[in-house]
Amino acid sequence: MKQYLNHLNKAFENRVRLGIMSALTANDYMDFNTLKELLNVTDGNLASHLKALEKEEYVGMEKTFIGRKPNTRYHITKSGRSAFETHINALEQLIKEQHQSK
Amino acid sequence: MNKEPDYLKDISEIRNIMERSSRFMSLSGLSGVMAGIYALIGAFLAYRLFYFSDEILYRSISRGDISGKALNLILLALGVLILAIGTGIWFSHTKAKKHNYKVWDATAKRMIINLAIPLVTGGIFVLIMFSKGLIGLIAPCTLIFYGLALINASKYTYTDIRYLGFCEIILGLLSSFYIGFGLLFWAIGFGLLHIIYGTVMYFKYEK
Repeated sequence: MKQYLNHLNKAFENRVRLGIMSALTANDYMDFNTLKELLNVTDGNLASHLKALEKEEYVGMEKTFIGRKPNTRYHITKSGRSAFETHINALEQLIKEQHQSK
Repeated sequence: MNKEPDYLKDISEIRNIMERSSRFMSLSGLSGVMAGIYALIGAFLAYRLFYFSDEILYRSISRGDISGKALNLILLALGVLILAIGTGIWFSHTKAKKHNYKVWDATAKRMIINLAIPLVTGGIFVLIMFSKGLIGLIAPCTLIFYGLALINASKYTYTDIRYLGFCEIILGLLSSFYIGFGLLFWAIGFGLLHIIYGTVMYFKYEK
């Protein structure tokens, strides 16, 4: 087992979670509905993945109001950003190695 | 290990989402070309119908001298602007539909706001200059502020628009030096440059 394979993070081994992390990396904040439209997933699906990432403390959440409508904004945490970076770097390593071994 | 294609797909998906969530990607090159054509037609009409030599330069002139012709000119410019924006919205809408994106989302809002800040500042500034009779510097100012607006908006859409912004600013500065040629610089800046830029964008991203 190669060393970098340990850096592949189980928390991100899902398309929706990768999407959430990518979107939050590129933006300061994103609200639930924007994320939903961007990733093209259902409410429940998105909510459960967000919850999982929150539990790992990779993603933070705050509830605010726009007028009277509740609005939930998500942002990436410091540990989330570095964990995601490590994961991406490991992916990159893996792919590079594959190309070289061909 | 045959998981590689999956990971590759993951990475392209990541790149796609990061780009799509932070930049307005529905800006259409063709609408740039159309805007350029409108501007050229507008400049031609202005030249034929009510061109007045703006030798007044930096000196202020009394309002009576210019009000009639200048008002027509402003109406013409406004007409071109509305036509160009309308076409821009229409083409962006079509492009977004084709790619199954939403036109009016957070990225579009962010781009518009950042475009509008220098643009509105410049617009108000130009109106003030006009009210003081300083019409010689209006063409250079519109070009400079438009260039600044494009550079400001470039962070939220295709970065290529930055270079268009630089060209507009250079043109604006040149035009403030050669004041008698305001209309010519307008035609180059809003007409020719838009057509070139739009064509490049079209072949780069939409072909």
